[in-house]
Amino acid sequence: MTAYMEQYSLLTLFITAGVLVGGAIVFSYFVAPYRPGTVKSEPYECGIPTEGPTWIQFHVGYYLFAIVYLIFDVETVFLYPWAVVMKEIGMRAFVEVFIFFAILGLGLLYAWKKKALIWE
Amino acid sequence: MYDFAPLIDSINTWLNGHLSPLWAGIVSMVLLGVAILAFYAVLGLYLVYAERKICARMQNRLGPNRVGPGGLFQTIADLIKLLLKELIYIQNADALLFNIAPFIVIVASIMAIGSIPFAKGLQAVDLNIGVLYILAISSMGVIGVLIAGWASNNKYSVIGAMRSGAQVISYELSVGLALLCIITYAGSMQLSEIIKSQEDGWWLFKGHIPAVIAFVIYLIAGTAETNRGPFDLAEAESELTAGFHTEYSGIKFAFFFLAEYMNMFIIAALATTLFLGGWLPFHIYNFTFFNNLMDYIPPVIWFFTKTAFVIYVMMWFKWTFPRLRIDQLLALEWKYLLPISLLNLMVISFLTLMQWHF
Repeated sequence: MTAYMEQYSLLTLFITAGVLVGGAIVFSYFVAPYRPGTVKSEPYECGIPTEGPTWIQFHVGYYLFAIVYLIFDVETVFLYPWAVVMKEIGMRAFVEVFIFFAILGLGLLYAWKKKALIWE
Repeated sequence: MYDFAPLIDSINTWLNGHLSPLWAGIVSMVLLGVAILAFYAVLGLYLVYAERKICARMQNRLGPNRVGPGGLFQTIADLIKLLLKELIYIQNADALLFNIAPFIVIVASIMAIGSIPFAKGLQAVDLNIGVLYILAISSMGVIGVLIAGWASNNKYSVIGAMRSGAQVISYELSVGLALLCIITYAGSMQLSEIIKSQEDGWWLFKGHIPAVIAFVIYLIAGTAETNRGPFDLAEAESELTAGFHTEYSGIKFAFFFLAEYMNMFIIAALATTLFLGGWLPFHIYNFTFFNNLMDYIPPVIWFFTKTAFVIYVMMWFKWTFPRLRIDQLLALEWKYLLPISLLNLMVISFLTLMQWHF
């Protein structure tokens, strides 16, 4: 298969997924019963009437982890091309990535010392 | 002997010989779509069945055994039942996002499956950035989970979705770094190239101890990435009812369930491809009789046997270990797995530099 066709294979997979989910939901719409009720359409919170708004501020800890994640994820993206050409470039690539890792390690240590990695 | 590329090429030539290029393209797209759909549905249903049987064995029960021989048709009956169930709409829920979420999780898992090599030439797309593509696409699934939890207007769902988000993004680092070890060894991100580099031995064996460490880290982080096993905080039954999919009913719930199992399959298939030699048979160095015997087993069987083994290990985790707390979960990733995998990658790049792998 040519590279040109491969682009269409990805598109096919995308459409297939849409057809699978969409088709099943439409089919279910025709065969499944539909009897809405006020009690039935309440959010299920173990039978107790729901209290207050749901969409409130969430724990700040998630935010801290997301920030630290962002640093390391961008780092991993930089490492992919490095890993592919590592064999060809040799010593210089190794030394450079060593320095890169040292800086990142310091970053992780900093986050650790600042207690960003502790869940309260 | 078992090469699928000529078969696919002959189908393409036949189509191009009998139809105009446009229709040949459309027909081959439809064929691929139907094949992937059939594969996805059958595999999803039987992974659920396998999980229930294995879980039952570990708890000294029989598991499903009424519908069909040994309960083989139980999950098909379940699917039909879920199709016929009412789709409940929650008042004040965000209707658009609520309906979009199942699409996103399924799209993420189907598109990732397309890039996995099941045998030589049996691969929908062989991208030169295969590993990166699978990681990128399968991590889109967490957006579906976050949307599902957020749109449901249910506090359990929001908590489950937030936990799932924190967990998946954290463990993705370790998954990426563990896979980077093998990319460094093989010097390629193309999945067929990585398999080709393992013809003289699987990376798990010829990569020395760092490859084994990377494999273990990958298994732990992969289990966490699929929200399974001891890491199923996002849908902890005893705390959050069903987590992010509490409010989903009928077929929409079935899609979240299916996507979870297919993500497990993707993680296991990627482990097989990178660490266990993909569809290559097991060889012992210089033991020609044994090697020739192993060569007779078709590569598809090798691939699915190895994948089934990894999936079994993941199921074993789930039914053996108790669930972690969220602080333990994040500490495990950030204070143990991440530093270990960073050091491990350094060691591996040193080994590659010195040409100390086989």
